[in-house]
Amino acid sequence: MPVKVRVPTPLRRFTGGIDEVAAAGESVRAVIEDLEKRHPGMRERLLDDKGELRRFVNIYLNGDDIRFLNQLNSQVKDGDDISIVPAIAGGE
Amino acid sequence: MATIFQSSQRSPAASSEEHVPAARANSVLELIGNTPLLEITRVTEGLLRPGVRLFAKLEGFNPGGSVKDRAVRHMVEFGLRRGELRPGKTIIDSTSGNTGIALAMVGAALGYPVEIVMASNVSRERKKIIEAFGAKPIYSDPLEGSDGAMMVARKIIADNPDRYFKPDQYNNEANPLAHFDTTGPEIWHQTSGRITHFVAGIGTGGTVMGTGRYLKSRNPAVRVIAVEPDDAMHGLEGLKHMASSIVPGIFHAEELDQRMAVSTEDAYEMVYALGQIEGVLVGQSCGAALVAALQVARGLREGCVVTVFPDFGDKYLSTNLWIGWEQWRKERLQKLVGKWNASANAIT
Repeated sequence: MPVKVRVPTPLRRFTGGIDEVAAAGESVRAVIEDLEKRHPGMRERLLDDKGELRRFVNIYLNGDDIRFLNQLNSQVKDGDDISIVPAIAGGE
Repeated sequence: MATIFQSSQRSPAASSEEHVPAARANSVLELIGNTPLLEITRVTEGLLRPGVRLFAKLEGFNPGGSVKDRAVRHMVEFGLRRGELRPGKTIIDSTSGNTGIALAMVGAALGYPVEIVMASNVSRERKKIIEAFGAKPIYSDPLEGSDGAMMVARKIIADNPDRYFKPDQYNNEANPLAHFDTTGPEIWHQTSGRITHFVAGIGTGGTVMGTGRYLKSRNPAVRVIAVEPDDAMHGLEGLKHMASSIVPGIFHAEELDQRMAVSTEDAYEMVYALGQIEGVLVGQSCGAALVAALQVARGLREGCVVTVFPDFGDKYLSTNLWIGWEQWRKERLQKLVGKWNASANAIT
């Protein structure tokens, strides 16, 4: 289940500076686990100690916020687009 | 009058006049500053030694609702004085929110059009406030953060350089000078010169640099401590993780005595605690500032610690700051108070 994952600037240090990477999985959680294998360090930034999505991280599946879908268990299909977006607009 | 480039060399006397709140004002710009200093007593109860006091300067009392009113007023006034801003020009800058609100307010008050470039994921409240002041919002890619907004603003100006005045808060010395001229003297007077530690978050660095310079000019022993997020991926709106960001030109790390990193989770919990224990509803950067200030204060035998709360919390009610807070209230509040009390017992 290859999907495209758009990576925000704060996480690009784990992807060698690349803003879009491939990952696989049947759910958002599985995609995150796959991202961790390919780009170690990503999981800890996205999920807390209990394995839940950190409050300041938003993940969009084909443009929809997964908090309004089935959270981390939202089903992912081949070719889906996932965007990881920090909940804030950055410092100033 | 001294130039803005002399801020680090200015004598205290140049900026030591006490600012008296205006009984009547002719412009909203006259109402900027003179914010109150609140002693934090309930969140800190039992945690500090008897000779230690902790205060927060409540910048939400500025007319635009944040500390950014100070820097923006200074930058715009200096722009007018130098002729860089004049009739026919439009004020433009990139900002993640509070500076945009301050620019929109100051522009409206002076009759200048304002365009604000911001990442599209800034809070709904901020977008609405900026538009309500009549400014034009321009949205940049949320994945690129504030640095992305900065790049978009640069391109817009490059395409039409004569049209715009860009205050450039990251590189404009009028930004720290605003704090050298106002925030520093206010804190000095409000603490009767007893301040020993100044703790402030790093956004552009304007507040911590300018205020810190003033306080050190009055008493070189005052320690100046900057607060930043503990990771590039964070949820502390308004604060910059310096190691992963474009370092602002006005930021000079060598002038700081210490830098402290705060986690988003700790800052959020402090925001909840401030609302429910102290009765002060603030934004997440205030929570981070207090986490650090409290840590500093708890390490002292005696002292006067002052931090800055850049704004109030009403602009963040629709943001992720409040996701899951009800659960926190149930599970963590008593635990947290218990933890603090246990810590307090350990140091007394």
